[in-house]
Amino acid sequence: MTDTTSETVHSATDLLFEKFGDAIQADDREGYEGVIVSSDQLVDVAQSIRDDLGYNLLTNLSYVDYLADDFFEVVYHAYRVPAGGPPLTFRARTPRNEAILPSLTGVWPSADFQEREAWDLMGIRFAGHPNLKRILTWEGFEGHPMRKDWREPFYEEDNKPFKTRWPGGEVDRAEMRVPYGMNVQYPAGFTVDGYSPEGDAALYAGLAVPESASGIGVQQIKTDQLVVNLGPQHPSTHGVFRMTVTLDGETITRLEPVMGYLHRNHEQIGERNTYLMNMPYTDRLDYISSMANNMAYAITVEKMLGQEVPYRAELLRVLMVELTRIVNHYWAIGFLLNDLGAFFTPSLYAILERELVLDLFEATTGSRMMCNYMRFGGVAYDLPPYIGGPAVKPGDRARELDTLQFLNDLVFERLPRSLDELDRLLTTNEVIITRCKGVGVLPADVAIAYGATGPVLRASGVPYDLRRADPYSIYNDLDFDVAVRYNGDTYDRYLIRMDEVRQSLRILQQVVPMLKETAGEDYWAGKRPYNVRVPVGEHYGHHENPKGELGFHIVSDGTANPYRYHIRAPSFINITPLEEMCRGSKIADAIIILGSIDIVLGELDR
Amino acid sequence: MADPTPAIHNPDYPIPEELRNNIAITTLDRIYNWSRAKSVWPMLFGLACCAIEMIATAAARYDPSRFGMEVMRPSPRQCDLMIVSGTVTKKMVPQIVRLYNQMAEPRYVLAMGACASGGGPFKEGYNVVDGIDKFLPVDVYVPGCPPTPQALLHGFITLHEKIESQSITTVPWYRKGESEAIPVPILGPDLIDLRQASLINYMSTQTPEPPQPAAAAEEPVAG
Amino acid sequence: MYGVGILKGLGITLKHFVDTYVDDFKWGIRRYTSDEGFTARQGLETEGLFTVQYPEEKIAVPERFRFVPFLVVNDQDHATEPDADWCTSCGICAKVCPPQCIWIIRSTDPDTGRPVPQPKDFFIDIDICMNCGFCAEFCPFDAIKMDHDYELSDYDRTSTHIYNHAKLAKPLSYWQMIAPSRAEQERLSREADEAAKAARKRK
Repeated sequence: MTDTTSETVHSATDLLFEKFGDAIQADDREGYEGVIVSSDQLVDVAQSIRDDLGYNLLTNLSYVDYLADDFFEVVYHAYRVPAGGPPLTFRARTPRNEAILPSLTGVWPSADFQEREAWDLMGIRFAGHPNLKRILTWEGFEGHPMRKDWREPFYEEDNKPFKTRWPGGEVDRAEMRVPYGMNVQYPAGFTVDGYSPEGDAALYAGLAVPESASGIGVQQIKTDQLVVNLGPQHPSTHGVFRMTVTLDGETITRLEPVMGYLHRNHEQIGERNTYLMNMPYTDRLDYISSMANNMAYAITVEKMLGQEVPYRAELLRVLMVELTRIVNHYWAIGFLLNDLGAFFTPSLYAILERELVLDLFEATTGSRMMCNYMRFGGVAYDLPPYIGGPAVKPGDRARELDTLQFLNDLVFERLPRSLDELDRLLTTNEVIITRCKGVGVLPADVAIAYGATGPVLRASGVPYDLRRADPYSIYNDLDFDVAVRYNGDTYDRYLIRMDEVRQSLRILQQVVPMLKETAGEDYWAGKRPYNVRVPVGEHYGHHENPKGELGFHIVSDGTANPYRYHIRAPSFINITPLEEMCRGSKIADAIIILGSIDIVLGELDR
Repeated sequence: MADPTPAIHNPDYPIPEELRNNIAITTLDRIYNWSRAKSVWPMLFGLACCAIEMIATAAARYDPSRFGMEVMRPSPRQCDLMIVSGTVTKKMVPQIVRLYNQMAEPRYVLAMGACASGGGPFKEGYNVVDGIDKFLPVDVYVPGCPPTPQALLHGFITLHEKIESQSITTVPWYRKGESEAIPVPILGPDLIDLRQASLINYMSTQTPEPPQPAAAAEEPVAG
Repeated sequence: MYGVGILKGLGITLKHFVDTYVDDFKWGIRRYTSDEGFTARQGLETEGLFTVQYPEEKIAVPERFRFVPFLVVNDQDHATEPDADWCTSCGICAKVCPPQCIWIIRSTDPDTGRPVPQPKDFFIDIDICMNCGFCAEFCPFDAIKMDHDYELSDYDRTSTHIYNHAKLAKPLSYWQMIAPSRAEQERLSREADEAAKAARKRK
């Protein structure tokens, strides 16, 4: 990172000191950056950061429980879009026993879901939040699980590795230890008899539409609005996502996403894990693009460690990440068409190309989907000489495809050809144009306000791509354009993915020859320890994932386990403007608008 | 020539070689199970990462239509097989149990992957159910994280073997009376399995202890 | 003109349909019987249908493929120590395992009570294992490896899914069979290490 960019952040904070004086405090803890804002002036300062300093996109809201110092800290990261540069970090504190902060939803609507998450998992109230309900767990859940003094039913120890595993590791199933034989616990004195769950009462109450004023006309026709639940088991919600839609006829008047059906506690497990252990867990965030998740996590921790990465490792990383981007966009396009009613044919073509790329992933890393490929300081393996393996089982058919030849053919012939084919198949199809054009329009300013990133933001005419805006790895040396489309509708969100695949192919066509040149060079620098210790401090690392900005906010207390491990998931934030995009559309359009955002539940619910 | 449909032939009655392709002697069980096993319709229902491998299995490369399983129905009323493909969370399990109750018998459950079988890597999480078999009777477990498409196909074949081993005289769905529905768990302070209600009520009268660190069996020795 | 886009798209679908048969004509039965035919069907030239006819034919998994781990032991016909464990129960795999699914009981000498570098028992809960491969990657003795056998489906988990030492132990020859070049590479690096050690001793 160059000095000029960090200077802009410093000059920005200087302006804040000038304007707000005592309300702003520099964060002088070792390894921390940014400013501490007093909570009573938080909204004014945020307004000024947005309007005066130009940090117009609130990208991440993280929350940390400093148990020893008895306060919660909410950390905000904001970007200048589309100018780029590193994020501006500002934070606010609130005592643990009475945790309340002013809500920033008025300044940045993108804070909406993130503040709900902070309330749900940490128990921080946000005054002025329009809809402060639990988001990942359910209404009625006991406790706030991300607090450092909250313990889950299968609790063993604060940190891994657990001492019971070795040297006297008598095997036990966790369910043998707990009274119920299940992963549950109940507060003292709780009885099932007479208990009535809160259920979705709050959700439906929030969606209730006041009795509309009497219609104009000779007769009063009694009309009613209808609440429809889509999901969590629904073929077109891309997993266990649920939308509760209020309909007037077929037109959507209100829409509320309900999530948490795949909330797998990544963050809490991540804080028990060591740094290295989190690597395979990141695979399972956005499980279609595990390589890109690895990359985001690796560069975040490497930044904290101050570790250099060999050139060949960077090449391999870029190769894998861009292939992942292609796979992800193919998948997204295929399933967008599924949602449009073209059941499975476009998906089959997309999956065909994906399978070919997965063959490379499997031969290189050992797994098709959960690659677990990157390490701090490089990658786990070099490319294999051949794709395929020896025939062992009865019926096994061996293949031997030369890897470099395979890569060459893949990025110079196969993928460009299949992309053109997909283009001919879909882009001019009249049905697709009719269904997609002008549907779910997201104007640029709204997209920025709601914190959208990735293809969703770029389809709205904002050329913002972290690979160019805040460069990392070797992207600065590579020749590619930031794809951008200007209408912000579903059709443009489809086209932008085609464009991005073309740009990724351009990158790959530069990377593959370089891989040939650097064959045999080091791909993993350093000593390859399994217990990495990260210096005390905090860092927010980000990466342009296929779905948007994937960020990791990591707080280290110098031990082998991260003190705080927060994931800024692109799907989670990109879903915030869903209601904005769907309102006034027909119910059938909601499905394709959701499809065009391209969510994946693994990272949406984490 | 190989026997085209080995599953339906009854080996107790030898058929002359020249009639092999024209005549089949079978039992009611065999033909009943053969026809059921060759048209198991799975539910179009994905939970997590494994669902992606399930979709990859359903696509052209692994093609489950070779097993008569390509028809994936989103409605539980039309399905024979529920593939629990991924992590079962506490928030999701009421819906899964409800879907299972809505399926018509005979119905089968296939737990795909480590998470659905026993919680998997997320088992320790506070919102994760440690195995769908805590609620539903599981017929086949497919280990792996995630199982590759070939592993899932092996799971399908294992299920077919199970179906073919059943007998029409003993299967529960032709007995008198209705089969009992599994009570749908409710979301209270934590997930409440209603079959455990009396245990929960009893335990709540005891002083609950917060989870403690499991005692190490022995102090680790350096070396 | 309205409909041209749809027709163009349908042309693509038709092409995919025809391609399957073109390839079938080109290759004949060899497309399904010969290894070259299989490679062409499962490689970059594939067009149209490319189904793997599992279980009659299976894609051989690559050498680095990882499924549930196993423990390497000596072959039965080993000259001095048949069936001896390579594992020294150092516990690195249990420490590095992300979901903590490995349990090891270390042997102790019955007379002195001192630990012996050999596992008394070794457990892996395959319902927790996430197949990440860290145990194999960080094992300093090449004693734990990722298996290639993915056909593990069964009807019960409570009695079968915690693998103990007896179920995990597989001979070295098995590892050499499923991953020949990696096994050879590891053998060479072990020999180099030993040679270096011996050289240091001589000094």
